[in-house]
Amino acid sequence: MTIESLIKLKGLVYSYPGRAAVLNGVDFELGSEGLVGLIGPNGCGKTTLLKIIMGLLKPQAGLVTILGQDCLEEKHFRPLRPKMGFVFQDANDQLFCPTVADDLAFGPLNLGASRQEADRIAQEVLDKLGLSDFGPRVTYDLSGGEKKLVALGTALALNPRLLILDEPTNFLDLEAVARLEAILLELRLPGIIVSHDRGFLAKMTQKSYCLEKGRLTEA
Amino acid sequence: MTRAARSASFLARSDPRLKVLILVLWSFLLALLETPKAALVGLGGSSLIYALSGPKQFFKDLTKLLAINAFLLFIWLLLPFSFSTPGTAIQRLGPLVVTQEGLDLSILLSLKALAITLGAMAITRASSVFELLAGAKGLGAPEKLLAIFQLMTRYISVIGQQYARLRQAMRVRGFQGRSDLRSLRAYANLAGYMLVGGLDRAERIHAAMICRGYNGRFWFRGDFKIKPLDLGFVCLILALGLGVTFLDD
Repeated sequence: MTIESLIKLKGLVYSYPGRAAVLNGVDFELGSEGLVGLIGPNGCGKTTLLKIIMGLLKPQAGLVTILGQDCLEEKHFRPLRPKMGFVFQDANDQLFCPTVADDLAFGPLNLGASRQEADRIAQEVLDKLGLSDFGPRVTYDLSGGEKKLVALGTALALNPRLLILDEPTNFLDLEAVARLEAILLELRLPGIIVSHDRGFLAKMTQKSYCLEKGRLTEA
Repeated sequence: MTRAARSASFLARSDPRLKVLILVLWSFLLALLETPKAALVGLGGSSLIYALSGPKQFFKDLTKLLAINAFLLFIWLLLPFSFSTPGTAIQRLGPLVVTQEGLDLSILLSLKALAITLGAMAITRASSVFELLAGAKGLGAPEKLLAIFQLMTRYISVIGQQYARLRQAMRVRGFQGRSDLRSLRAYANLAGYMLVGGLDRAERIHAAMICRGYNGRFWFRGDFKIKPLDLGFVCLILALGLGVTFLDD
């Protein structure tokens, strides 16, 4: 139905040692149609699912296909990860450099950009986020909302094909959420948003899935 | 405001590599001095460096300086009475004898310690962590060591906030530290939680780095050009260094 499937999951099974399976036969397909929501009760395995997509966890059974590539081991995931802009729940986990500019340049440098190119990309991303003069700012001096936007920026600096956002509105005030919404609408990137914020999902996504008792269903 | 004013100071504008190099060399030079006279001039030199480091908060900086040097108190409590006895006795306090040698050594150690910490404080307060890292990188410091330093400076406040939150959570539930087994157990739980939480966070940070294509490199900056201002700094330090070395003979 879709022109190209960006992410395709088939029959995923995952359980943490000594506990019931959090994913028990999960099938999912993300086309290029836009952002989709992922909801479900706490501890239902939403973050686990995202980690499997990123290749950070290895499922006990099932197949992950990213941008047409079947991903069976680490070496398959490695070149694909930067194409999926992953934004972590806690921006403190994502921003580890002393300055904002350094953090934004980290991804492009890893992908082989020169220092000048990386700095240019960092500035472009800051402009896009409306944080043009934030480059020299010290990361730990930023507010929660600013940190979140910069964390999104570190993903955008990779020029990703899609976005994966884990609870992007957590701990954000209304103004910061509105800003995030405006930016996401303008980016028009497809992807997955995990969130408990129904209002946010209603505005950002066409479709939502619910993960419950190891199964994924359209909500 | 202070940060902006500080970044305009002489020291803040000089080359980060130079600052790291001078920090190390000046500290070593001072540590090797053997006469109080030279150490006093060294303290003067450090004060001069401090004067070039932008706007001051004298009281705050002085408190910091004395706090770092609190161990000198022990030296003054012990050395004048115990060093090189029987030496030249200059004062008797009951059964204790103050010797000239012990007194001289205490003075020398105090001056040196104050001079080194004041110099280091002046140079670090006029540089950002980023600059010190870049400076050390420019001097060829190993990237692994710099990575540890960078991550430590970045996450010490995050860990500190977590600790404060946990302590508050204990307090709002009526916990009061006592010297009994129950309190010790609560502290042990707190420490354990901090350790496990720290490990978890380290894993998440690593995962986030991997998602951005991390392949072992940290990409510290290290490209700087020497400016005329830097030559001024070098001349100043050379003059100070030679001065204290000659005086030390």
